[in-house]
Amino acid sequence: MDTRHAVWNDMRGINRDLLAPLSEVSGRYLLLVACLAALVAAGAGAWLYQIETGIGQTNMHPPIFWSSYIASFVYWIGVSHSGTFISGVLRLTKAEWRRPVTRIAELMTIISVMIAGLCVFFHLGRVWRWYYLIPYPNQREIWPDFRSPLMWDATAVFTYATASTIYLYLPLIPDFALARDRVGGWRKPIYTLLSLGWKGSQREWETLNTAIRIITPLIVMVMISVHSIVGWDFGMSLVPGWHTSIIAPYFVVGAVHSGLGMVAIGLYVVRRTYGWEQYIRKEHFDKLGKLLVVTTLTLAYLYFADQLTVWYGKKPDEMAILHSMITGDYAVPFWAMIALIYIFPLALLTNPTFRAWPVGMLCMGIGINIGMYVERALIIVPPLTHPRLTYQWSQYFPSWIELTILTGALALAVLLYVLLSKFVPLISIWEEKEGRLHAAAR
Amino acid sequence: MAEADEKEPYRWGMVVDLDRCTGCEACVVACHAENNIRISGEREAAEGRAINWIRIERYWEGEYPNVKAKFMPVLCQHCGNAPCEPVCPVYASYHTPDGLNAQVYNRCIGVRYCGNNCPYVARQFNWFDPHWDAPLEEQLNPDVTVRQNGIMEKCTFCVQRIRKANEQADQEGRHIRDGEVQPACVQTCPTSALVFGNRNDPKSQVSVMARSDRGFRLLESLGTDPAVTYLKRLS
Repeated sequence: MDTRHAVWNDMRGINRDLLAPLSEVSGRYLLLVACLAALVAAGAGAWLYQIETGIGQTNMHPPIFWSSYIASFVYWIGVSHSGTFISGVLRLTKAEWRRPVTRIAELMTIISVMIAGLCVFFHLGRVWRWYYLIPYPNQREIWPDFRSPLMWDATAVFTYATASTIYLYLPLIPDFALARDRVGGWRKPIYTLLSLGWKGSQREWETLNTAIRIITPLIVMVMISVHSIVGWDFGMSLVPGWHTSIIAPYFVVGAVHSGLGMVAIGLYVVRRTYGWEQYIRKEHFDKLGKLLVVTTLTLAYLYFADQLTVWYGKKPDEMAILHSMITGDYAVPFWAMIALIYIFPLALLTNPTFRAWPVGMLCMGIGINIGMYVERALIIVPPLTHPRLTYQWSQYFPSWIELTILTGALALAVLLYVLLSKFVPLISIWEEKEGRLHAAAR
Repeated sequence: MAEADEKEPYRWGMVVDLDRCTGCEACVVACHAENNIRISGEREAAEGRAINWIRIERYWEGEYPNVKAKFMPVLCQHCGNAPCEPVCPVYASYHTPDGLNAQVYNRCIGVRYCGNNCPYVARQFNWFDPHWDAPLEEQLNPDVTVRQNGIMEKCTFCVQRIRKANEQADQEGRHIRDGEVQPACVQTCPTSALVFGNRNDPKSQVSVMARSDRGFRLLESLGTDPAVTYLKRLS
């Protein structure tokens, strides 16, 4: 009887704690929003300037036709795998510790898919003609060419964005209903609309659980397909260094690696901001750290297998690229990348004390994300700067316009997250309660 | 493919005789004048963005003072199995029945995958809107489009000349004669290092020369089936 009372009191506490961010706005919050908005505005200005004057505002030149924008696209698609992997795979395996993590990660998914899509628009030479990529009946009587990996990519990313929006929304319905009942003001009609008249009847819960059970395995498969196809944007080409069969699984694992790192950052920031130590516990950082060890080892294995094959084969086209990374122009970013995504994670995350140290996990998440961004750039730039006709060899570093636009995109991602935190409960309230009930029943 | 070849009278191709090339770059200038290629200027050239549909690649052999320069004109190889074509999402890069690798400017949206996938780096991108210093803007070729900021372009084998000759031949009820069409670079080459013609005609000069035992094709092992054959005496 006593435990049941305790659990009942917990429920009220959970409602109070987890709904609190929806109605509190501090001065520091507004300052943060203003700073981010200023960065976004700077990025938007730089983009407009680039559209008005030409893609020449970047530092791209033949033979480097793809560069930082595509690297960012790949990176953001990678980050978007955080939500799907964490909540999809952990829901499938019924891992209890997922409960406070899923929503934080799923929001990252939606936002980073949007930012990734934006990076494609930054990249297009004639962005005002982007709709040529859409299959629609037109006076030119031309359909897009589905032989192009870029069309597979557009299809996959669109599917992924749609599916993960549904996947975010389904478990949100009961929480929106709760917000409808407890958060008044101008947002009440929106919550009323979004909660679809949820009353919490047994039939509704069963339907919701069935829907989640159906979409979870599907979204995991879409997740694997989407980054494989992003990998095939490179793998299908003839470019030495890109044309390798390992690139699809390598991209998928790399995506999960950077995604998990991003979740570590998110968990730390949310926990710290709202003082949610009793929801996001050390146990969660520990579990995340263990997952990161798995992705580190898998990624290192795939990378080693790929580079060993290149090195042993000694084909001059590919050796030029490998040399440029190990000892040449790109040695500094290359070795920094090796340290940030393989050596540090392996050395530190295998230590249980480190895994339970939130600040350490935050730094690890930041390091892994920087390292993975560099890794994306190193996939694109060294192969393109070393084409087979050596007369065309070149170098590349992004211009100020590119850096401003991409910083603006990063700021936009954070800004959207910060704004959504005032509208969407960052921890799934009903799943948290369900977890407490499961724990009490045991 | 054999069936298509029988129906199609033309498959345009070129021979580049490296033993005759002096590296004078007259072909480059002629191409600029014929095809309305923008003037890039010193800065863009230093950034590696100067647009040339044909370029002379210069390789040095030997150590100083016994240095030899080798020249190799490189242009779009009009591959029979072109890597740039299937990767274009909007069909801007496509193959014409007479064997040209065509670029449709107004379809191009500038994703630039074709540029990455061309092993010859033959494709050129318009990083800015074009401009010509006075009085060069007075001499633009009315038969050729001026290309806008944000799209790909490259050697067309002077398709405007081929189409004009084709119309003329059609009116006279005959096929285009060997040597009747010459791209600007071929027309200009002072040493006749460049030869252009119909590869579907086994008696054309280009076909005869391409069968020379000096012949090779650039990066042929990639399976791109280039329409340009290079000649070089191995010694």
